[in-house]
Amino acid sequence: MTKNLNLTLHVWRQKNAKCDGKFVEYPAADISPDMSFLEMLDVVNEGLIRKGEEPITFDHDCREGICGTCSMVINGRPHGPRERTTTCQLHMRSFKDGDSITLEPWRAEAFPVIKDLMVDRGAFDRIIAAGGFISVPTGSPQDANALPIPKQSADLSMDAAACIGCGACVAACPNASAMLFVSAKISHLGHLPQGQPERHLRVRDMIAQMDAEEFGTCTNHGECEAACPKGIKMENIARMNRDFIKASLTYRPATSGGGVG
Amino acid sequence: MSVAEQSIAGAEARGHGFLASSVGRKVVMAATGVILFGFVTVHMLGNLTSYMGAEAMNHYAEFLHTMIHGMGIWVFRAVLLTAVGLHIWAATTLTLDNMAARPVGYRNQKNIASTWASRTMRWSGVILAVFIVYHLLHLTTGTVHPNFDHANPYANFVNGFKVPAAAAFYIVAQLCLGLHMWHGVWSCTQSFGLAHPRYDNLRRNFATGLTVLVVGVNISYPIAVLTGFIH
Repeated sequence: MTKNLNLTLHVWRQKNAKCDGKFVEYPAADISPDMSFLEMLDVVNEGLIRKGEEPITFDHDCREGICGTCSMVINGRPHGPRERTTTCQLHMRSFKDGDSITLEPWRAEAFPVIKDLMVDRGAFDRIIAAGGFISVPTGSPQDANALPIPKQSADLSMDAAACIGCGACVAACPNASAMLFVSAKISHLGHLPQGQPERHLRVRDMIAQMDAEEFGTCTNHGECEAACPKGIKMENIARMNRDFIKASLTYRPATSGGGVG
Repeated sequence: MSVAEQSIAGAEARGHGFLASSVGRKVVMAATGVILFGFVTVHMLGNLTSYMGAEAMNHYAEFLHTMIHGMGIWVFRAVLLTAVGLHIWAATTLTLDNMAARPVGYRNQKNIASTWASRTMRWSGVILAVFIVYHLLHLTTGTVHPNFDHANPYANFVNGFKVPAAAAFYIVAQLCLGLHMWHGVWSCTQSFGLAHPRYDNLRRNFATGLTVLVVGVNISYPIAVLTGFIH
């Protein structure tokens, strides 16, 4: 049986968006290596509650790596040291007895801290609402093969759609750029026939919203791709740029007239 | 206000202008970058005439000044000046946006994928801008040259590099150019959207090959003068 771990946590504590925050040290004693990272924080929080202290606030939901809610920078890396792993799927066996662990929230102007390690990722929702959808009447599903889609397009679309919108790309990017997220959302629709009618409108609207949210811009470091728990590729950013260039070159303002032959 | 309404308000506040957008300015950066690395490549090739002796280099310089009835060089200068201006404008505004995007930094941020070249683009760019001004004052106008002769570019080239401090600055500037080009040449393909798994290796290798060629040959000039190979 593996030995339990004794760790030291340096946690960013911040009461709310308006207050200044600071790092506070907490011991995490007798931690089973089989715990997930979030379970370790639950144990630390129970200790804090018992002592009458304010527990550490952090985002979490499904705890199975598919919802994109958990978020924190663990020792300088979003979601911690393992590749393609969300914080909830990170296990304490990735750490050694006696380790010091620094926990920080996602750092970006567009992601204001709500409390401690929890940030407001509403900016992502507003980017999606700006164009990350298709406008079709939804009714009962049509026949599976009514619309032929090549296997490869379906695969590429699904790879992009694997994005869970956690924001690790923004957190990892030295410029706090959201381009990996935005490009994944643009690509998963852009690979499919249903995404075509609004393809050019979508890329312009989503990028305008991304800029309005004051995310940074891509300088092609590649940190986003390395941090992404779902393995979203930077190729998507290139596809987004390509769509944006085409959309800008062929843009026509909306008119009330037209269509009269 | 619903999320959708907030988005419409946000996008309208920002507008849809190409040059106002982040990606639009990156495309400007990439397009002017292509002009500039195209220029340094041709500049490097032209200077190879120095290895062919005084007559060849002076003849080449005369050709540059007289092509298209003397208009050619001014067309080149206008294009380059515009490209440099737009490149610096895009770099400055994007950098300011990027710094504003993360007002509170991390206590420790680990770099996994980025390279030293990619992280120092701003610094290598600033050093190159200073170098370009010096280079123009040194070998174009002759203002900071010890004994400049408008009629003899080859002599200016040789005498200029005989000053070790000047030669050293040229070499340092070329190493900065190497860092800047290595990341920039690859990066511009990404900004233009030219990414495809089939060409990923080619993009990296082209950037490495062009950088090594341009920087290697350019560094050879001051070294050749200092060692007396060109005299």
